[in-house]
Amino acid sequence: MDLAFTQDEEDFRRRLRAWLADTLPKLPDRPHPADWPGRRAYDCGWQRMLHDAGYAGLHWPEDAGGQGATPTQHLIFLEETERAGAPYVGAGFVGLLHAGPTIAAEGTPEQRARWLPPILRGDEVWCQGFSEPDAGSDLASLRTRAVRDGDAYVVSGSKIWTSHAEIADWCELLVRTAPVNADTPKHRGISWLAMPMDAPGVTVRPLRTLAGTAEFAEVFLDEVRVPVTHRVGEENDGWRVTMVTLSFERGTAFVGEVVACRRVLEALARTAKANGRWDDAVLRRRLGRLAAECAALWRLTQWNVSEAQRTGGVPGVGGSVFKLRFSQVRQELYDAAAEVLGADALDAGQEWVADRLSSLSYTIAAGTSQIQRNIVAERILGLPKGR
Amino acid sequence: MDFQLTDDQRALRTGVRELLERCFPRTRLRAMVDMADGDGAERGAGLDRALWRGLGAAGLFALRVPESAGGVGLGLPEAVLAFEEAGRALLPGPLVATELTAGLSVPGALAAGEWAADAVRGEAVVTALDEGDALDERDAPVKEDALVEHLASADAVLVLGPTAVEVIAAEAVARSAEPIRSVDPATPLHRTAPYRTARCRTAQRRTAPERARPPVVPPGASEALGLAARLRREAALLTAAQQLGSACRTVELAVDHAKRRTQFGRPIGAFQAVQHLCAQMLVRAESARSVVYAAAVTEDPGDIAAAKLLADEAAVRNARDCLQVHGGMGFTWEADVHLHLKRAWVRAGQWQSAAAAEEELAAGLLSTVETCL
Repeated sequence: MDLAFTQDEEDFRRRLRAWLADTLPKLPDRPHPADWPGRRAYDCGWQRMLHDAGYAGLHWPEDAGGQGATPTQHLIFLEETERAGAPYVGAGFVGLLHAGPTIAAEGTPEQRARWLPPILRGDEVWCQGFSEPDAGSDLASLRTRAVRDGDAYVVSGSKIWTSHAEIADWCELLVRTAPVNADTPKHRGISWLAMPMDAPGVTVRPLRTLAGTAEFAEVFLDEVRVPVTHRVGEENDGWRVTMVTLSFERGTAFVGEVVACRRVLEALARTAKANGRWDDAVLRRRLGRLAAECAALWRLTQWNVSEAQRTGGVPGVGGSVFKLRFSQVRQELYDAAAEVLGADALDAGQEWVADRLSSLSYTIAAGTSQIQRNIVAERILGLPKGR
Repeated sequence: MDFQLTDDQRALRTGVRELLERCFPRTRLRAMVDMADGDGAERGAGLDRALWRGLGAAGLFALRVPESAGGVGLGLPEAVLAFEEAGRALLPGPLVATELTAGLSVPGALAAGEWAADAVRGEAVVTALDEGDALDERDAPVKEDALVEHLASADAVLVLGPTAVEVIAAEAVARSAEPIRSVDPATPLHRTAPYRTARCRTAQRRTAPERARPPVVPPGASEALGLAARLRREAALLTAAQQLGSACRTVELAVDHAKRRTQFGRPIGAFQAVQHLCAQMLVRAESARSVVYAAAVTEDPGDIAAAKLLADEAAVRNARDCLQVHGGMGFTWEADVHLHLKRAWVRAGQWQSAAAAEEELAAGLLSTVETCL
């Protein structure tokens, strides 16, 4: 057990800090959350800056255009950018953290050359077409059908909870290419396609979240033609292709937010000190307990990252443990904040109220807490499969 | 950064687990518990001296003692791994106090260390009296009373006062202590009153009874302040490590039971309600593990407070959930679940309480200049 960083890692941190200190003041103002084109331009501009400075696709393999950084360097990157208040990955999320790594791992040389460089440069934005109205956490129940017609698949169906759909150029789309029958498990007939969002037959309808903003959308697919060459991995093998990268999502996707939790907690403590609530021992102890939770989340992250480093890349099952704890703590943090801030808790104009509202999705998105508990029970603890 | 265990650390953990399976199997735990199950003032089993010497000979108390002083020369992370195993096996006895006292045996570092040298070898049973680190206006410890485990079996007591670290003969403390009916049948407890204890200690020094040996650090010595603080932190961490071991063990007990026990024609582990109890137990244990191990590496007071807080919670809550998974069987004397829960309660009350840990962590939020996650 060694939490010290190597000289290389320290050098990397120092260079990154210096670059952030130099670069962040030059950023334009952040666009209003409802301004989607503005958000796309802002996020892609930031990605371009990272690209030009040699930080794009940090943890991607070098032969995919990435920097081949170790998981620890990636951890340092996420930690330092969050600490410095740098922009969040934003619109680049699916491309950089999911679709890109999937194509890097499973794509042909042609596919990698076509799709990876624009993701890294911030030229193209991806969205994720996994969830469906009748298949949420039960992803394998998806029904969107793709029927082969010559050199194309003809895709019909609909997707939901698709973040960034309005501004995306591409969609990583899971489709059913073989019918479900008694002989084959339902996850065996799924394929992974890269679908252009401007193809005829694609309709995007934004959904309003409980926070009042449009963060995701419904996507309707009416006989959309997707070239067979846009299939990543074998036909009917899309489930495995997807699982390769879903574990990445649970491994390090929330690093920045753990750092943010600690920052929010410290700000809350200072606010409580200033407004007198700090004298309430119950509230004070509650904040102290949250500090312990934040420490544990950070150490769990370090544990998962160093395990990934040792096993050669893919984070282990610790991701589900982390996500369960993180999503809960994040919500508890904002509940405590409401108590510290009193009347401000009801002022929807406050930025942290928006954060509080958006944290409500954490126990649902990327696999509900209930599904995560099933995963932990069945895959880690080896309990018999439930029904 | 490589937060994973080294091969040597894994080997150490396996070695300690095998040692404990050999010298303290479940049958021995149960025999001890049943022996203690009588009533009377001295409820609670006496400590098994042969077992204690065996643990000493195997190096359990000497892990952190330098090789030059007859120890193994390892660090706090290794001690934490060993104590995690001790917690897993519900190994009884004042393990933490004896280990800390053994650590005071470094030659030349302290005035006298005969108890310490004996502790290293498992020849002395040393328990602890934590008087807290707060003083009132008369310079007396604020803590109203304190519980001392295994006092009747102990040779010596490591006393951590607000300004002093002492190792004194057990009789000196026993004179002013009263046994209570300990909730944990394997951990007999005495209640002490600090003022009386302090008077007894003064008397003991004046009369210098033949068997009493000099204190390790005389009260009031300036270095004692730092030493007391360090020993308190290490005590909290080693206690947290035992809680972690217990928390992990109850996950295993619950999962084993859930796989074997059938109801309505299926193993109860196939029911989502049971699965989710077990999953939450693992999440608690792994969260505690991450911060206990980190604290062992950093020795940072905040990390240690977080470790004690989350490990206490993991041990207590996991034992309760384990009991729930066991259903009616969990409520019986025969199942081991209650032993884990009762020991977890005892340990949660030792060293840093939840309230103290939360206050320390809260204070840390205000003192942070730069985010130091």
